[in-house]
Amino acid sequence: MISKEAHSLFLNGDEAVAHGVRLCRPHVISAYPITPQTITVERLADFVADGDLDTEYLYVESEHSAMAAALGAAYTGARPFTATSSQGLLYMCEMLHYVSGARLPIVMMNACRSTAAPWNIFGDQRDSLSQRDSGWIQIYCENGQEALDTIIQAYRLAEHPEVYTPVMVCIDGFVNTHTYELVEIPAQEQVDAFLPPLDSRHKVDFANPHGFSVSVNPNYHTEFRIQQQQAILKAAELAAPIDAAYKEKVGRSWGGMVEEYRMDDAESCIVAMGSAVGTIRETVDELRAAGRKVGLVKVRYFRPFPKDYFAALSGKVKAIGVLNKEISFGYEGSLTTEVKAALCGRGPVAVCGYHAGLGGRDISRDTIRAVYASLDRLLAGEDVNDPNYIDARW
Amino acid sequence: MDKPKVDKTFRFPTCMEEMPLGPTVKAGILTETNAGWRVKRPVIDRDKCIHCLICWTLCPDGVLSKELEIDMDFCKGCGLCAHECPKGAITMVSEVDGQ
Repeated sequence: MISKEAHSLFLNGDEAVAHGVRLCRPHVISAYPITPQTITVERLADFVADGDLDTEYLYVESEHSAMAAALGAAYTGARPFTATSSQGLLYMCEMLHYVSGARLPIVMMNACRSTAAPWNIFGDQRDSLSQRDSGWIQIYCENGQEALDTIIQAYRLAEHPEVYTPVMVCIDGFVNTHTYELVEIPAQEQVDAFLPPLDSRHKVDFANPHGFSVSVNPNYHTEFRIQQQQAILKAAELAAPIDAAYKEKVGRSWGGMVEEYRMDDAESCIVAMGSAVGTIRETVDELRAAGRKVGLVKVRYFRPFPKDYFAALSGKVKAIGVLNKEISFGYEGSLTTEVKAALCGRGPVAVCGYHAGLGGRDISRDTIRAVYASLDRLLAGEDVNDPNYIDARW
Repeated sequence: MDKPKVDKTFRFPTCMEEMPLGPTVKAGILTETNAGWRVKRPVIDRDKCIHCLICWTLCPDGVLSKELEIDMDFCKGCGLCAHECPKGAITMVSEVDGQ
C-alpha cells in the first residue's frame, strides 16, 4: 500500500502524473496505451490492483472511445481521467470538441509527441498544439513534479463552477515522461483539503430527464460559443489564485499562466513551454554569471493564452526569442504567432521565432546559447531569419 | 404512447445567465410547432373508417393518435395516410380554399 502521508519517490514523469491522478480520487479512468503515455495508465492499473485507488478502470478499444467514455462518465457527475499522446490525441479529436462544447470538467494528460508522417515516437509539441482550437485549457509542464501538481490543480480549475471546461495537462514525451527525478508526493489529506469531492453541475436524473449534447442551430449557436469563450477566459483569472491556494495547502507553487525567470533587468529573453524550460533556466544562470542580461518567460497556459502578460512585455525587454517545438506549416511556430499577436501595436520590441527539438531532437545548452546569440544579432540590427531553424543540420 | 407535446410554458433564454451549461436541455418536451409547409390537410370520414390503423402505423411523423385524432401542429400534409387508406376514408383538403 502507498503511504497516505507526504513522502518522496524517485519517479519518471508518467508515474508522477499517475500519483497526481491517484490523489484526486477519480471515479472513472478510461485507458488506452500509447508511447510515451503508457506508463501512466499502467501505474494507475497497478494502483487499482493493489487497492490504492478505488475507481472504475475501463480498458477501452481506442482513444476515441477513451474520451467518449470520459464524456459519459462526466455527464453522470463523475470525475474522470484519461491520457493519450500523438496519434491517439488525433484519433480522439472529435470527442475533444464534444467534451469542451458540452462543458464537461475532464482532465487528461497528453504526452507531447510528434505526429506521423514521418512516423516518430519522440517528443515535440505538434500533437497538442494542433488541438489549440478544441476548446480545452492547455497547461505545459517543465518536469515531473510540476506534472503531478498540475494534474491536481487542473481538476480544481476544470471543476470551478464558472469554468466547467476540460484541461489538457501536457508533458513532453520522453524528456518528461521517461526521465526520473525525486518527486514529492503530497499527503492525501493535503490534496483532499485543496480538492473537494466533485458536486457536478451535470447529473443524470431519471425523474428529471435531459437531452445531452443536443443540436443547436443558428438561432442560439453563437451564444453557446460565447459561453464557452467566457468560461475559458474565466480560467485565465483563476490560474494564479488556484496556484496560490495549492501553495497554501500543499506547499508548492508554479506561478499562474506564466513564470518569469531572471527577467528584472533582462534585455533579451526566451519564451518557451515544456521540458526545454529547465535547460533554458540553466543556460540563463550560466550567461548571467558571464554578465549577460538574459531572462526566460515560461508559458504554462497556452489556452487561455496569457495575452495581457505579453502585451506588457514590450516595455521590459528589447528582444524576444520564442522557442517552438513544432511548425505551423505555411506560417511559423504557434507560440510565436500568439506572442507576436499579443505584442502587436505595443511598441518597439524585436520578436523572432525559433524552432528546435522536433521529433525528439535534443534541446541542449548549445541550442539555447545559439538562440541568445541570435537575439544579440537581432539587437545589433542584423538580419535574422524568422522563422529560424536553430538546430537544423543545414 | 405518451407523445411529446409543445410546452406552452417554455421560454427560450433571453440573456447569457439564462443559458444552460452547454447544450444540455430538459428532455421530453417540444418547444416549437412544425407544420408550416403543409398545403393540404388530411380529413377522415369516420363513417368509412374501419379503424384498421394502417394510417396510424405508416404516418412518418407519428401525428395520429390511436383514436385517429391528428396533431395539426406537426402534420406536414404528405398525404401518405390518404394514399394508403384501404377504404378511401381520408381526403386531402387544400389549406387555401378547403377544396
